[in-house]
This record gives sequence, structure tokens and C-alpha cells, in this order.
Amino acid sequence: MSDPKDFSASMESDFRKTPVRVAFVTRRTSPAVKFRDEDYVMTFPETLIRAAVAVQVLVVFLVWLALLWNAPLEQLADPMHTPNPAKAPWYFLGLQELLHYFPPVVAGVLVPGLVVTALVVIPYFNINIEADGIFSKDRRRRLAICWSVIPALLVFLIAFDVYVAVPATLLIAALLFVAQRTPADAPKGFRSWLASKPLSFWIMTWFLMELMVLTGVGTFFRGPGWSWVLPWRG
Amino acid sequence: MANNIQHYIDELHQHRIWRSVFRSGSGDSNLHRAQAVQSNVFLHLFAVKSRRRMLEFSATWYLGALTFGTFLVLVITGILLMLYYHPSVPQAYADMKDLQFVVSSGVFLRNLHRWSAHAMVFLVFAHMFKVFYRGAYRPPREFNWVIGVVLLLITLLLSYTGYLLPWDQLAYWAVTVGSNIASAVPLLGQKIRFMMLGGNSVNANALLRFYVLHCMVLPLTAIFLMAIHFWRIRKDGGLYAPDKPAKEGTK
Repeated sequence: MSDPKDFSASMESDFRKTPVRVAFVTRRTSPAVKFRDEDYVMTFPETLIRAAVAVQVLVVFLVWLALLWNAPLEQLADPMHTPNPAKAPWYFLGLQELLHYFPPVVAGVLVPGLVVTALVVIPYFNINIEADGIFSKDRRRRLAICWSVIPALLVFLIAFDVYVAVPATLLIAALLFVAQRTPADAPKGFRSWLASKPLSFWIMTWFLMELMVLTGVGTFFRGPGWSWVLPWRG
Repeated sequence: MANNIQHYIDELHQHRIWRSVFRSGSGDSNLHRAQAVQSNVFLHLFAVKSRRRMLEFSATWYLGALTFGTFLVLVITGILLMLYYHPSVPQAYADMKDLQFVVSSGVFLRNLHRWSAHAMVFLVFAHMFKVFYRGAYRPPREFNWVIGVVLLLITLLLSYTGYLLPWDQLAYWAVTVGSNIASAVPLLGQKIRFMMLGGNSVNANALLRFYVLHCMVLPLTAIFLMAIHFWRIRKDGGLYAPDKPAKEGTK
């Protein structure tokens, strides 16, 4: 500490000869200032080697898949002979499952259109950017909205016979109820974790669950005429 | 022995021809490592430095890198498959049979392409949800999220157009089901479907269109957007790292 400085700092008075850059750090500091003690490593080789190793592990896995399982190949395409059921690729089977319940303009155009629009605009709405628990502010109004939207959604789903989408909706409702009943000073744990989750978390989780349920049902539980079949019964 | 090899490698790195390709030369210093990224047209999409804690597996599960990995596998196997494929009816199906019985490792090639395609669709979805749950879509990264959503759609279209190419029953009817959805668009439905298929039903024109989209238009668009997607990570301040409590005693 007491070492004598072996350098001296000064400023040229002629700013035309030596431009000086002055930075003012205000109270709302920029991320760069906040994380000055952040530990950085060189992208080459540290990051790139890790990414390469991850990709190589994946390639080994894919090669293993390709050696063990053959890609499906059926008979030559025949426009005169419709297979029953005619299924889209697996990632569209959620949509095809929706087509079973709703008219094509709803299930095929409106719903995917809304989903894509909703995904695109997520970061542009402040409500999706806040990181506080859903009921942590404006509690009364949000509770009122929440408990009128969810029953309405359930009535809608049941009215259109979309029973497969009901369990996930009920699960989300139950977890929301737990979040609502969790006191602010609850000890750290699952309940306080739930209570800390913002609105966007709940909507996205509901969407993810329904996506998986509908895709799973369309893939495994639908047979001739889109009737309900059990996959383990031949 | 090891010293000898190291000696030759060092000599190679100092060689005129090597230096004409890699200007920075090689070395262990951070300067050299920074230059290796900066002076490489592909690597300079990335930042020179990365946050150490973002390299942990739990931070990203490497889903973005893995998605890119499947894309590379798909490009390589796809180009090889193109050598054995004619986008015409019914030759396309005969080519599938040739891959199965005539071309050496043809089955393996097709399998690898097929499973990698499924893996890519799955990984793109997983990547999107992981990014969402980490909150990494928040400003200033909102535009990169939008590019990501577009890349998700392109991935789905790539997979969907590729689905028709074997021209078997599975391909034909899956695409018929999909194109019927397009015709449900109000007013323009039939027109959109006609434009998509080059006719009123899935036929040879549709196969050619899907082939061109699958092998040219969509991959090039994907590469273009991926370049922006990667570059924006650097421009938006690196991978999103959640706040951590400030260390005591530091300012």
C-alpha cells in the first residue's frame, strides 16, 4: 500500500492536441459498471472448445441413433389411397389435434397465428419484462382477472370437448392458487419460488404443457378417423 | 517426441503460407487469442471474451450450440443426399430405394439426416423455452428473440418441406394434411395453397417447389439469420447473465 507510485498522471491542457474522454457514472449504473468484477475467459479457446465438445457428443448420439433405427419409408405415394389416419409430422400433430376440435380457420390459422404473434411481441411488453411475482403488486385486480380468466378458459375448453387440455389447465390453476396463498415472508422453497414467478412464466408454462399434451395425444393416442386409441394396444 | 511434434507445429505456425491465412499467428497470449477471434470472418461474430459462469452447462445447456451442430450435420448429409436424388415423380421414390439397396451407406446417410432433422426441431424448441425461462429475451436482447422466433419457423418449414421429398405415402399425405390447413386461410386460402403446391393437389410441381425451398431458399435464409443471431449476442452484451449479489467489499 505504501509503495511509492512509479508513474504520474496528468492532463494535457490543450484538448485539441490530446482529446480527453470523461465518463460520468450516474446512480443507475450501466451493466458494464455493475459487473466490473465479472470473471471473463477468452472465447478462443475456452468457449469454442466447449461448444465443439458438446456438438461432438451430440453427433455421436445422432450417429448411434442412425445406426440403430432406420428412417421410415412406406409405399410409393398414391393419391388414390388415403391412409387412415393421415398424420402430419410430429411437431404439427398438436395443431392437427386442435383441428379435431375447432374449424380449420380457428385451429389452422387463428391459433398458430396468435401463438407466433404472441411469441414475437413477448419482449416488447413491460408486463413480460417485470420479474416480480404475479400477485406481488396490484394484487386485487390481478386476482380478479386471474380467477375470471381461468374458469372462462375451462368452460371454453369443455364446451368444445377439448378434455385433453383440461388437466394441464387445472394444474396451472392449482399452482397459481398455491402462489396466491403463499405469504410474502415464506421461507425459501418451492412455494416461495412459485410466488416469485411473473405472469409471463405462468402463461408460457401453460402453453408448454398444452403443447406437449396435444402433441403427445396426436402422436400416440389417435387412430383411424382420429379416434382415441391406446398406443400399447397394437 | 512430444517436444519434436510441438517444434514442428510451432514451425508450421510461423511459416509464410500459414501466416498468409491466419495473420495473427499462434501463441498463448491473450492478444493472440483475441486476434484469433477478431481476424476470422466467422469467429468475429462472437465476442473475444465470454463470462466464465455462462460456460457452465447449467447456464444454457449448450442448446444453441447443439442446434447449430445439428444444422451442420444436416447441411453435410443433405449435400451428400442431393447427389443421389432427383426431384421428380416417381424417380424420387426410386432414389430412396437406391439409397436403401444400392448406395453404400445410403441408409445410414438418410437415417442421420432424418434423425438430425427431428433433433433440430426438438432442440430449437428447447432452446426457445430455455431462453424464455432464463429471462434472456428481455431488453436489450428483444430483437434477437424475434430473429429466434423467425428461425424457429424456418426450421419447421425446412423440416416440413423435407418431409415430402421421399415421395412415399407418409410424405405425400402428411404434406396433403398440412397444405389443407393453408387453404383454411380466409379469402386467400385456395390461392396460398395453389402457390405453395404449384397446383391444386400435391403433385410433381409441389415436389420441385419443396425441393428448391428445402435445398436452397430456406437453408440460405437460415444461414443469413443465424449469422445475425450469433452476432447480436455480442452486440447485446454477451449471453444474458442474471444478476448476482454484489461481492462485499467491492465497489
